[in-house]
Amino acid sequence: MAISFTLNGKPQSVDVSPDMPLLWVLRDTLNMTGTKFGCGMALCGACTVHINGEATRSCITTISSVAGKKITTIEGLSAGGSHPVQQAWMEEDVPQCGYCQSGQIMSAVALLSKKPNPTDADIDDAMSGNICRCGTYQRIRKAIHRAASMQPGKAKSAA
Amino acid sequence: METASVINRRNFLKKSAAGGVALVIGFHLRSSTFADQAQEQEKKPVNPFDAWVRVTPDNRVTLILGKSEMGQGIMTALPMILAEELCVDWRQVKVEQAPTNPKIYDHGTGGSGSVSGSWLPLRRAGASAREMLVSAAAQRWNASRDTCKAQDGGVLHGARKNFLTYGELVEDAAKLPIPDFNTVPLKNPDDFTIVGRDTRRFESRDKATGAAKFGLDSRVPGMLYAVIARCPVFGGKVKSFDAAKAKAVPGVRDVFAIDPVGQGAFTAGGVAVLAENSWAAMQGCKALQITWDEGSAASESSDSLRKQFLDNATKPGKIVRNDGDADTALSGAAKKTEATYEFPFAAHATMEPMNCAVYIQADHAEAWIPTQAPQWAQGVIAQTAKLPPEKVIVHTTLMGGGFGRRYQADFVMEAAQVAKAAGKPVMVLWTREDDMQHDFYRPASYHKLSGVLDAQGNLAAWKHFQTSTSIEAMWNPKGEETPEKSEFATAAFIPYQTPNYRIEYALAKSSVPRAWWRSVEHSTSGFVVESFVDELAKAADADPLEFRLRLIGDDRRIPDFTNPKENKPLNTARLKGVLRLAAEKAGWGKPLPKGVARGIAGYYSFESYTAAVAEVGVKNGGVKVHRLVYAVDCGRPINAEGIRAQVESAAIYGLSAALHDAITIQGGRVEQSNFHDYQMPRISETPKTEVHVIMSKEEPTGIGEPGLPVVVPAVCNAIFAASGKRIHRLPIRAEDLA
Repeated sequence: MAISFTLNGKPQSVDVSPDMPLLWVLRDTLNMTGTKFGCGMALCGACTVHINGEATRSCITTISSVAGKKITTIEGLSAGGSHPVQQAWMEEDVPQCGYCQSGQIMSAVALLSKKPNPTDADIDDAMSGNICRCGTYQRIRKAIHRAASMQPGKAKSAA
Repeated sequence: METASVINRRNFLKKSAAGGVALVIGFHLRSSTFADQAQEQEKKPVNPFDAWVRVTPDNRVTLILGKSEMGQGIMTALPMILAEELCVDWRQVKVEQAPTNPKIYDHGTGGSGSVSGSWLPLRRAGASAREMLVSAAAQRWNASRDTCKAQDGGVLHGARKNFLTYGELVEDAAKLPIPDFNTVPLKNPDDFTIVGRDTRRFESRDKATGAAKFGLDSRVPGMLYAVIARCPVFGGKVKSFDAAKAKAVPGVRDVFAIDPVGQGAFTAGGVAVLAENSWAAMQGCKALQITWDEGSAASESSDSLRKQFLDNATKPGKIVRNDGDADTALSGAAKKTEATYEFPFAAHATMEPMNCAVYIQADHAEAWIPTQAPQWAQGVIAQTAKLPPEKVIVHTTLMGGGFGRRYQADFVMEAAQVAKAAGKPVMVLWTREDDMQHDFYRPASYHKLSGVLDAQGNLAAWKHFQTSTSIEAMWNPKGEETPEKSEFATAAFIPYQTPNYRIEYALAKSSVPRAWWRSVEHSTSGFVVESFVDELAKAADADPLEFRLRLIGDDRRIPDFTNPKENKPLNTARLKGVLRLAAEKAGWGKPLPKGVARGIAGYYSFESYTAAVAEVGVKNGGVKVHRLVYAVDCGRPINAEGIRAQVESAAIYGLSAALHDAITIQGGRVEQSNFHDYQMPRISETPKTEVHVIMSKEEPTGIGEPGLPVVVPAVCNAIFAASGKRIHRLPIRAEDLA
């Protein structure tokens, strides 16, 4: 049975097993590989996407549960990496292996949409579900502060 | 002459460049065969325009990367070296992964050796291309070569009147004689404009937009996805299986058994489930009903291994090093210091689980692999497909972490077996549970240290007994050579002067696979040496920094006892340099808040020198690392920004082994399965980390791993300073702080 939802602003319909996680629909059915598989148990955050604006682990989210909802993946965040968070990630040279960074960025964007000027404690709270085995956490923290300062209406102070 | 069984990692990297297939078949051939081949390859002049540099008529320059990018920044650092000698504008440059061709490239990426090993060859390659371009311009202008100069991606003649871009010259240049690599003029380092400049990672944009393609992102038309059920007990086999329920899962296409492959690839074998997508393959795998023949390892446990360690420790070990007479010095001492240190197995836990996509056809094969050893992978697939290696095209993808795990070929062998049987392109992917439970683990080990100080506070004796599960014993089961030396690494040539220095080793048997975990033996040796010297400093009632500097003593070069032939001695001046710099930058000796204290450690590994000062608080049975200050000397920095990133990374990787990581064994199987029971450090546990890079003019050396060995002893020495509790086993447990 076809399941319909909005994916990165466009209507999308898939005909897959209803219990198939969104992660695998994105990656294998739709060949959108920016969203990553890390653990399959919502423990590492590599698969983070936005569902109706909320950061969500797509590896445990069944496709049937997203019917009618709005999904944003890393591919839909901006055209060509222009989102302030992506820009900040490049400027702070955050990624190393880069595998977890789609998920990190999606979590960071969700954080900033709720708290445009987060404290270190806010960052710890929002980002502790995202593992980075390369240990880029210090740069992630800097990049989130930088992105906060880059948002419209914010002074471009160094974070 | 060395024999083929000497498979320490450095040799292994070198040999595997030449002998991929042979390594899989077994280590029976004399390795001189490999060594000679490798040397021949190094000598063979390769046209740089065929191997390293591609220039298009529109003057875009593509530099070819012969190593694998796993996050260590090699995709930036190596092209910087080429670009420097080539005299191009960095903004002109693109980077492309080399095709797998061991005749041209030394692909193996590990041992923190890419920059040190590529420094001279890439300078020569870049300089040769530059000289050929200059010659082409001189011929075009009918001018003397001396009047032509390479600059900004072109050749200049006269006072900026004549300028030809490389794009305009390359066709002619590529046909000219290749300069002698041994005499081609290299740039004066004082004139460097790219090497030594902080440079952002080449592929940052792709990694911030999701466009970067890792192994698991490989997509081949008609590809099936496969997941393999492996016996949870190491060495176990499939006795029988019922695939009916697995085949009933929608999307599952086929189910079949694959055989284990022994020495070399070390695969577990098992039952493969092929499906239309990853999810169906995983569900099918869960639905399999398999009866295992668990084999002889089923009785192994972490407790039984510890008993073996303790039993070994009651007897003298095999003598590895014996200067003077440590036993007499120790037995006659009024006051000696003794300590034991214990380490569990540790898993790599790369964020991207193992995976490999292979398509085997009648006359050729193609594979997409996140691998540190593409030449070995090529050999494995060739062997399985019964094709010559050159008929196997290996595309090396980006890796979601490597840390040594992706030097293995087990995941490639499995994929080749499944693809061969399927006759279709197949991606074999591992679940996190597969990855956690079928890794090649950092060995478990147990160390017993004894030391004594004389009346003047000098180190009168140092004795180090180790028993471990040993990497060498896994890769070198015949025991023809002595694996002991490499198990000690720098612990076999400590910088602390003593007339009585004794090292003993005893092998502990285990069925648990072992191999190279970030910094390998240094991860344990660094902790043991730098913890025990701290204990001695306490016994001497001395400042830990001053005590170290005094025991290191004069500037001198200490031969690498584990590998004297390579002539890569420890330079004590450079070690003292990083210790002093880290201490100075950390404010060593300055007051800290109550309950917080500093610890220090310094160490030599991969020809580089690192020191770290940790500021740690201990409260309510918990540890908080507030700040880490590093000083590193890895020779001339190619890209200090990349060096800082690697050290920050190694610090967190090291902390994972101190704060959380332990792989434990019960019933011959790994007890942990995912990130809930094998915890990773999180952002909230990340200390403020500063990395001070020494602007050395020495030859560049490794930095992917050397940041690791110092972080845990620095933290644990700080724990002692803060609480009086000495950490003697990892990971740190609440009861050890109470």
